[in-house]
Amino acid sequence: MRSQFVTSELFNALRRNTLMVVAVVITVAISLWFAFAGVLMRKQVDVMKGYWYDKVEVSIFLDKAVTQDQRTSLQNDLSGNPQVKSLYYESREDAFKRFKEDFKDTPDLTKDATAQQMPESFRVKLKDPTKFQDVASEFLGRPGVEQKNGIVNQRTLLEPFFRMINRLQWTATAIAIVQLFAGALLIGITIKVAAFSRRRETGIMRLVGASNLYIQLPFLLEGAVEGALGGLLAVGLLALTKLYVIDQLRDSIRFTSWIGWPAVVSVIPLVLLAGIALSVIASFISLRRYLRV
Amino acid sequence: MIRLDNVSKLYPNMTRPALSDVTVDVEKGEFVFLVGSSGSGKSTFLRLLLKEDTPTAGSVHVAGKDLARLSHWKVPALRRQIGCVFQDFRLLPNKTVFENVAFALEVIGKPRQLIDKVVPEVLELVGLQGKGGRLPDELSGGEQQRVAIARAFANRPMILIADEPTGNLDPSTSVGIMRLLDRINRTGTTVMMATHDAVIVDSMRRRVVELDNGKVVRDQSRGVYGYSK
Repeated sequence: MRSQFVTSELFNALRRNTLMVVAVVITVAISLWFAFAGVLMRKQVDVMKGYWYDKVEVSIFLDKAVTQDQRTSLQNDLSGNPQVKSLYYESREDAFKRFKEDFKDTPDLTKDATAQQMPESFRVKLKDPTKFQDVASEFLGRPGVEQKNGIVNQRTLLEPFFRMINRLQWTATAIAIVQLFAGALLIGITIKVAAFSRRRETGIMRLVGASNLYIQLPFLLEGAVEGALGGLLAVGLLALTKLYVIDQLRDSIRFTSWIGWPAVVSVIPLVLLAGIALSVIASFISLRRYLRV
Repeated sequence: MIRLDNVSKLYPNMTRPALSDVTVDVEKGEFVFLVGSSGSGKSTFLRLLLKEDTPTAGSVHVAGKDLARLSHWKVPALRRQIGCVFQDFRLLPNKTVFENVAFALEVIGKPRQLIDKVVPEVLELVGLQGKGGRLPDELSGGEQQRVAIARAFANRPMILIADEPTGNLDPSTSVGIMRLLDRINRTGTTVMMATHDAVIVDSMRRRVVELDNGKVVRDQSRGVYGYSK
């Protein structure tokens, strides 16, 4: 195989339909961007889950009429429970302080509140957060524990939020799939156009007995170059997303942690590989019908 | 070298077969004219030799190979043994004469040194020495056909197929092309030429195979064109 011949064919082809190449590169870039933004989103959710699940705890609210004995007995049983990792007691005054802190921006809510309205509670961290039900069933209904909603797993409070992010992620993935499909079709069409505009050459090549590989390779390479360019552009878009979306959010939303550059860098090879694979497969399929011997 | 045994070819959606029960045997080094009116099956005949089409019935042997048993990926190797020339020359307009001939060798992976040696030789053989740098547009029709013949012959094929090579040329130019094909034939290359040109067939006095409605109606050594009419 003479590489000089193949590369000169390749560059001629790319020059010949520049506009189409631009269209392909942009489509591939956008679709890869969406697809891998979804991947990064997943990583971000994992980071958030790790951060928040580490902080959330099980709250056991005590009845207003709880006695000192009941309180002590609960505390002893909780600290003796093998599932409990850590335990602390939040008094009415502590709860009131936290309430005022949490809602300091809405004075209407806090101005009439008193410490007496706040419930006292035990805050429990579990060794295995998924064993919540075991602990809850043991303590719910015990004397001194609030009857209604006496035990709250804060983890369940976070779940609607993660569900929403999950849905966003699936939407991004769906858009990415449709885009990737459109990108693949566009590549197929450009390769077909290229094959058509070079049908004179390929006709002669077939006639003089050039092998299939020799005839198809310039076209496959053309697809691969377009895919790689699209991949590079997608990497750029992902970097911009990191700089202008994630880093901006990190500066304004400080109650969680965010993915860093290593996460972005780790997907770069995948982006390029996906771009090249996508276009080579699309070119190959579109050529199969066109350049049969 | 070329053998067709009871070959029939029926194209889909056609009531009349393009070839019907054709049996022809061509020895190595023969020069054969394939004559007949348009639609008589000449082009189908030539397409079968290149395995561009497969026969509906019968078998085709070219250069010792049964084309029906020839696997898909071996077709290029078959075509390297067959040179092709057409009425419309089929040169690449943006390549020079030299590049057009070199292209045929490049795409079958011949090394550069060989190409640089072979191309001038074959251009000299066809009488185009010194014109390697011209573009096809700058040449006369006869010269363009010589380039096409040079390209077909550059790889020294065992068989040369010519589909009405003089169809676009005036009579005196045609004579030059025929002399060239004759010279190529004398190097031992089997030549199979489809033509309408009665004058040429009559003057060459070579083997003539006449097709009519897909059937061989005449196969005559040292024949003339219009015998059966």
